[in-house]
Amino acid sequence: MSEILTETERRSNKSPLSGVSFDGSAPLLEVEDLEVEFHTRDGIAHAVNNVSFTLREGETLGILGESGCGKSVTAQAIMGILDTPPAKVTGGQVRYRGVDLLQLEEKTRRHIRANKIAIIFQDALSSLNPVFTVGWQLGELYRKHAGASRAQAKSKAVELLDLVGIPGAPARINSFPHQFSGGMRQRVMIAMALALEPDIIIADEPTTALDVTVQAQVMTLLSDLQREMRLGLILITHDMGVVADVADKICVMYAGHAVERADVYEIYERPAHPYTKALLESIPRVDQKGQDLTVIKGLPPALVDPPPGCSFHPRCAFARDRCTTDEPPLYEVPGNRLSACHYWEEVLES
Amino acid sequence: MSADMTETEQVTEDTGDDVVLEVRDVKKHFPLTRGIVFKRTVGHVQAVDGVTLQLERGETLGVVGESGCGKSTFGRLLMGLERPTAGSIKLLGEEMAGLDARGLRRMRRNIQIVLQDPYSSLDPRMTVGDIVGEPYDVHTDVVPKQDRRKAVQDLLDVVGLNPEHINRYPHQFSGGQRQRIGIARALALRPKILVCDEPVSALDVSVQAQVVNLLERLQDELGLSYVFIAHDLSVVRHISDRIAVMYLGKVVEIGDEMEIYEHPTHPYTQALLSAVPVPDPRLRGHRDHIVLEGDVPSPANPPSGCRFRTRCWKAEDVCAKEEPQLVVRGPSGHLSACHFAEERDVIHAIDIPTSAADDDGSGDPSPGSVAPGPTA
Amino acid sequence: MSDFLAAQDSAGHEHAQPRSDQNRSLWGDVRYELMRNPVFWVSSVLVLVILSMAFAPQLWAETSPTARGACRLENARVEPSAAHPFGYTNAGCDMWSSLVYGTGKSVIVAILVTIGTVIVGVTLGTVAGYVGGFADTVISRVTDIFFGLPFILGALVFLAIFPDRNVWTLTAVLTMFGWTSLTRVMRGSVISTKQKDYVDAARALGATNFFIIRKHILANSIAPVIVLATIGLGAYISAEATLTFLGVGYQRPTVSWGLLVAEGQNLALAGFWHLLVLPCAFIVVTVLSFILLGDALRDALDPRAR
Repeated sequence: MSEILTETERRSNKSPLSGVSFDGSAPLLEVEDLEVEFHTRDGIAHAVNNVSFTLREGETLGILGESGCGKSVTAQAIMGILDTPPAKVTGGQVRYRGVDLLQLEEKTRRHIRANKIAIIFQDALSSLNPVFTVGWQLGELYRKHAGASRAQAKSKAVELLDLVGIPGAPARINSFPHQFSGGMRQRVMIAMALALEPDIIIADEPTTALDVTVQAQVMTLLSDLQREMRLGLILITHDMGVVADVADKICVMYAGHAVERADVYEIYERPAHPYTKALLESIPRVDQKGQDLTVIKGLPPALVDPPPGCSFHPRCAFARDRCTTDEPPLYEVPGNRLSACHYWEEVLES
Repeated sequence: MSADMTETEQVTEDTGDDVVLEVRDVKKHFPLTRGIVFKRTVGHVQAVDGVTLQLERGETLGVVGESGCGKSTFGRLLMGLERPTAGSIKLLGEEMAGLDARGLRRMRRNIQIVLQDPYSSLDPRMTVGDIVGEPYDVHTDVVPKQDRRKAVQDLLDVVGLNPEHINRYPHQFSGGQRQRIGIARALALRPKILVCDEPVSALDVSVQAQVVNLLERLQDELGLSYVFIAHDLSVVRHISDRIAVMYLGKVVEIGDEMEIYEHPTHPYTQALLSAVPVPDPRLRGHRDHIVLEGDVPSPANPPSGCRFRTRCWKAEDVCAKEEPQLVVRGPSGHLSACHFAEERDVIHAIDIPTSAADDDGSGDPSPGSVAPGPTA
Repeated sequence: MSDFLAAQDSAGHEHAQPRSDQNRSLWGDVRYELMRNPVFWVSSVLVLVILSMAFAPQLWAETSPTARGACRLENARVEPSAAHPFGYTNAGCDMWSSLVYGTGKSVIVAILVTIGTVIVGVTLGTVAGYVGGFADTVISRVTDIFFGLPFILGALVFLAIFPDRNVWTLTAVLTMFGWTSLTRVMRGSVISTKQKDYVDAARALGATNFFIIRKHILANSIAPVIVLATIGLGAYISAEATLTFLGVGYQRPTVSWGLLVAEGQNLALAGFWHLLVLPCAFIVVTVLSFILLGDALRDALDPRAR
């Protein structure tokens, strides 16, 4: 049914993008002052507050944060797949090649979602439809969005599974999702994301559910493909090790705020925000023994009732009186970095 | 087999009477059945297949491996939640398999478990006081009834929770706090050994350190011995004195933490360690990445000989024919179950000062290895 | 460490504070929760009224419709009026007293059947789900067989055998055909509870199976059974009416709601609406009260819903 609809859509109106003019010189993706609220029983949760970042071709941006920090909500807001209600994008812009996606019609957005920006989720098993074969699900993308024939779609599906390193692809396209191992399923997800040759891939905790050797396989694949196809990759994770291996830039999120943005080398060497610093000191490293783990006291705040001033101040070792009243802006830190801490200089020097 | 036994005996002698837990050739095979009314066995899942190790007083033994390696089943065997198919588990010198229900219940006071999931491990319909006090309901003679409330509040205090929260329900706590409740329950009977099954892997990064530090503090204060089962090799290294690496139901390498992490000799350990991401971008491309091919075979139908051979870059004919024993191999002096055991440093950066894109041979400490190359 | 916990306090759960001084148990909290729930009050008052009608109808109506001279044919089907707001039945009895005196026969059967099916269902479901293996196979297959028998038809056949049908025969037959769904629900619920880690933790403590069932399994598995049983209670009131209507339930001169509905059904379209509507209204209100009571109880039993 939907197939037929899309087909007619495609014929009647040459392209859903006809009224939209992309600016090839503009950055691939610019998120500016994005704000998302959730209306819950307990009140309004400010899940994303004034989050901004830029992604260029061939660049990997790591969004780092704990559960509930708003990193997944940011991804869903970019994709336009938030459940509204309860969620609501209340401000900001998401510009793809200079065009604000938030202002586009749903039809156009759907087209961009399919062809330009793709997303990979943590749980591949629930993201794939259990009653169709993997080949059918891959082929459907071509039939639906590119109008390919059944045979074309099938050969494309084989090609894709081959590309993501699934052995025996011609035979495996007839398998159902549950017949694949976790790592192989995540490869299928990557194949589906790549199917329509997007410019941007958003990977939301793509390896969290996987074993460490499989995680290494999948991350290697993802970063190889990203490099070859010059994709813009947004890698959302809580794992400081995974992003350190692949990201070019890092955006650290805490309680819905982007608290620090910097180049990957600088942020790990000299964090400019107390939260980043504390996180780095709180995780054990496999190549070191005997380091003391610094405990970050307390818990992330409830988003319906964030503390006044800086939302990290109740847990912060650098906090002063000012932090309890003044919400810190994003200060410019030398080296083209940003930090939302009044005392970033102290943090840098400590 | 004989080589294996002599080796373990040696180790036992070395450790003397400080051994609190001794596991010898323990197996757990789950039958695979077909049919509804008349079940017939069509095979066995060899979840744990011949594990031998000891735990000393005050020591932390890390058990690592990927999902399906049998580490959780091993933990359940230690707890008596599963009955071993074969082998012996001696707790404080007493054989568990021979005990009747009463004897087993008495032994359980010495060994307790901390479970992974802080949500499912606490009964949502019980107050924190009831949960932490449950051990006293089962073992009614430990604390007299009128002192229980006080005992529970003391436990809550020990694990860093507010004793006044005794009447709250689990859902009113965060994940990290729930894990503390689980630890308090496990400590109630003053056990000697705590089996921790993935105790921090469900927690947020910033909270993990709180629980790890708590476990370390409790070990110091109470003289506990830990079996720390986890898949996160960084956390395991941080907390463990000795490490056992498991693959498909067998221990493939076991030794002191320094030995396993700095001088691993089994290819699987090397692959596992090399895959652990390090939170330091400067090491990018300077680490020895071993990318394993394929998936873990089914434990219902494990490969002949060495179980790792189907994914191993060193595998030769002998690996399929002869099962490698877990014996001391190489100069390092720890046990490893590989015919071609050879040291290889995989966690440290190699040739860091030079440029990123050079060949892997120069810095590779194990010459002649034909690992699927580093992904520079 | 304790300072952040204190901070959590003020942020989160003030309402829990005043009560946190004495030792509380689940049942104490259930009572506390029920007392604060208006739905519980409304439904339990209604249920009490219905029960008192069932066991002491003389409190609510002076004369029994079965008493000598209570019904007069000249009053037959007289519609409600100011003096007699419920009108008269087909046989010329006062509708109000017929309904009040009919409550007993209808509601007592339904309550007995509900109690019977809950006991059988919870017991068998717990054994099947917790013990598993052969016990599960036997119980599940027997349940399947009984599930396959059509409820009304089965009851019809069995009741037709009994020459003398009273509360006990109706209860026995309805229980025999009613326990299956509760057993199935309980079994499924027990199986999912059994897999929870807290059950493992209790086993690791050395708790006996009986202890685990009593402390963990029952409390955490019973909620869907309560819901289903309260819905079932309504269904049994209607089942009694259906069977009576089909002629295998109560026999005249007994008064029951089923008999009144059976009677009114033919005459309602002839313009005597009250003969059908009033007994139906009693059935609906009764069923609704029990369902609401069950809901309130289920919510009170779940601390997460607070």
